[in-house]
Amino acid sequence: MSAIGELSTMTRRKGPMTKEEKKANGRDNKAAYVFLLPWLIGLVVITVGPMLMSLYLSFTDYNLLQPPQWVGIDNFVRMFGDARLHNSLRVTFTYVLVGVPLQLAVALVIALVLDKGLRGLPFYRSIFYLPSLLGGSVAVAILWKQIFGTTGLVNQVLAMIGIQGPGWISDPNTALGSIILLHVWTFGSPMIIFLAGLRQIPNMYYEAAEVDGATTLQKFWRITLPMLSPIIFFNLVLQIIGSFQSFTQAFIVSGGNGGPSDSTMFFTLYLYQKGFGQFDMGYASAMAWFLLVIIGAFTAINFIASKYWVFYDD
Amino acid sequence: MTKIQTLPAAVEGQSSKTSKSPRRRESPGNLAFSRNARIKGLIKHAILILVGGIMIYPLLWMVVSSLRPNDLIFREPGLWLNNLEMSNYTDGWSALTHPFGHYMINSAIVVLGSILGNLISCSMAAYAFARLQFSGKKLFFGIMLLTIMLPFHVVIVPQYILFSQIGWVNTFWPLIVPKLLATDAFFVFLMVQFIRGIPKELDEAARIDGAGHPRIFLRVILPLMVPALATTTIFTFIWTWNDFFGALIYLTDPDMFTVPVALRAFVDSQSATSWGSLFAMSIVSLFPVFLVFLFGQRFLIKGIATTGIK
Repeated sequence: MSAIGELSTMTRRKGPMTKEEKKANGRDNKAAYVFLLPWLIGLVVITVGPMLMSLYLSFTDYNLLQPPQWVGIDNFVRMFGDARLHNSLRVTFTYVLVGVPLQLAVALVIALVLDKGLRGLPFYRSIFYLPSLLGGSVAVAILWKQIFGTTGLVNQVLAMIGIQGPGWISDPNTALGSIILLHVWTFGSPMIIFLAGLRQIPNMYYEAAEVDGATTLQKFWRITLPMLSPIIFFNLVLQIIGSFQSFTQAFIVSGGNGGPSDSTMFFTLYLYQKGFGQFDMGYASAMAWFLLVIIGAFTAINFIASKYWVFYDD
Repeated sequence: MTKIQTLPAAVEGQSSKTSKSPRRRESPGNLAFSRNARIKGLIKHAILILVGGIMIYPLLWMVVSSLRPNDLIFREPGLWLNNLEMSNYTDGWSALTHPFGHYMINSAIVVLGSILGNLISCSMAAYAFARLQFSGKKLFFGIMLLTIMLPFHVVIVPQYILFSQIGWVNTFWPLIVPKLLATDAFFVFLMVQFIRGIPKELDEAARIDGAGHPRIFLRVILPLMVPALATTTIFTFIWTWNDFFGALIYLTDPDMFTVPVALRAFVDSQSATSWGSLFAMSIVSLFPVFLVFLFGQRFLIKGIATTGIK
């Protein structure tokens, strides 16, 4: 059973299925709640409580010093007319809609090349996987800042073949692209998931296709892609949710200001500036809820669209 | 020929590392295609070496550059070193308010607390979800899965208000306490998946012997879920070590800085001339992650594969 299968049944049934549940009713209630106690406290104090609180704060004006002032939907009206916020949405959407498909495409291609029992597979896999562990760090963001700088590594290499590159991260036209490349660079973890997915495709399908004289391309389109579609979907959902929350890379590369000229001002970066730079907590809360709605909408669209392209074997 | 002969070995290697997979695709039956396959193999290796080389090059270059005089960093794209310049490391180590080791220790404290918290709280919750029958289970499990996807930003403002009101800003508690309360639901899910794969007969046997749930959990389930605990430990280590956003918000006093915020302070405080020491400290900060990757890779890959596939 794939996690995706499970997740999708989840949304339909609002709960996972366990056969045991039919026969036993509340037999272990006491023990269960003891085991769940830390999680339950966390759910109330760390997650749901603050969520409701931030929903309330989004209708207030609050700067941490004075008590929150109820302002109705003012914050949302303000968001409607906030040009910097619109820009930050544009930047974030570009990042997600370009970065995620690009990263997954690279992950899939490399997984396909790696899959066929290649010699040295563990070595290659390690090489490709390592960047996805380091990619979220400040250190790698610092490296990126250097290599895409005006006299950085990229331009040094380009100079060797006689090209004078732009100052990638100081040019508003290319700054976001440099950060998208950093995202693509971390394709290792979806690649691992693709590799595991490819192993689950029964060999007999390919054998049968070979008997019928199918070409490599046909086998890819007719067998690999449909059989892998639940995994592609899983990666897509996870990566989209994660990418909307990207923060560190843009923060470090731009020196915390989302520049040049707001070209790397991610939504999360703007939220941070409003909340923790200007202590405009009411507005930041409204933005946070807006982000939640956007991510929720994207995930919902993903699940609805999946009915048309994701193929479930069982 | 050689290619096909080595195939079973390669297959063995990979399948034991990932999952109980079906046999690989190539069967020794297509000997007729061996020449073709060899050329194909060569092309594949060429692609992989090229892509892998491009990916790893910046990291190697950073290591080499950290051992070079500053001015060379902006002139020398190659990897050869004439002589080792260790001054970047000694300069960088003492460039901030505290020696860099201070921030490493701070990070280590947060990481250890987080690991301990995740191991205890997530395994307890996972045991309940995987093995116990209780009212509201479906609902709670659904909520748990949803919280995996919840953006951190939605809760950060009130969390900050809460922690600042109890005076926890500039302490490590806001970074550790949520882990003690199993808020990293991803690991609960991972452990639930793992426990479901442990035969129920083992619990039954222990129960017949008179063991209660605490005993079954401690004596039967925990020892059997060591691989899942290892995966959790390693992921928690890497994610916490790299965590920037949380530390940026809660730790503003240089005494309390963890490595990522210290590095950020370093970037801000330095002029363009000290990239060498900045690189050196970046390497130092990545080194623990690299070590964990080197020795824990098996669990990492298994962990990713299980959550995706199982």
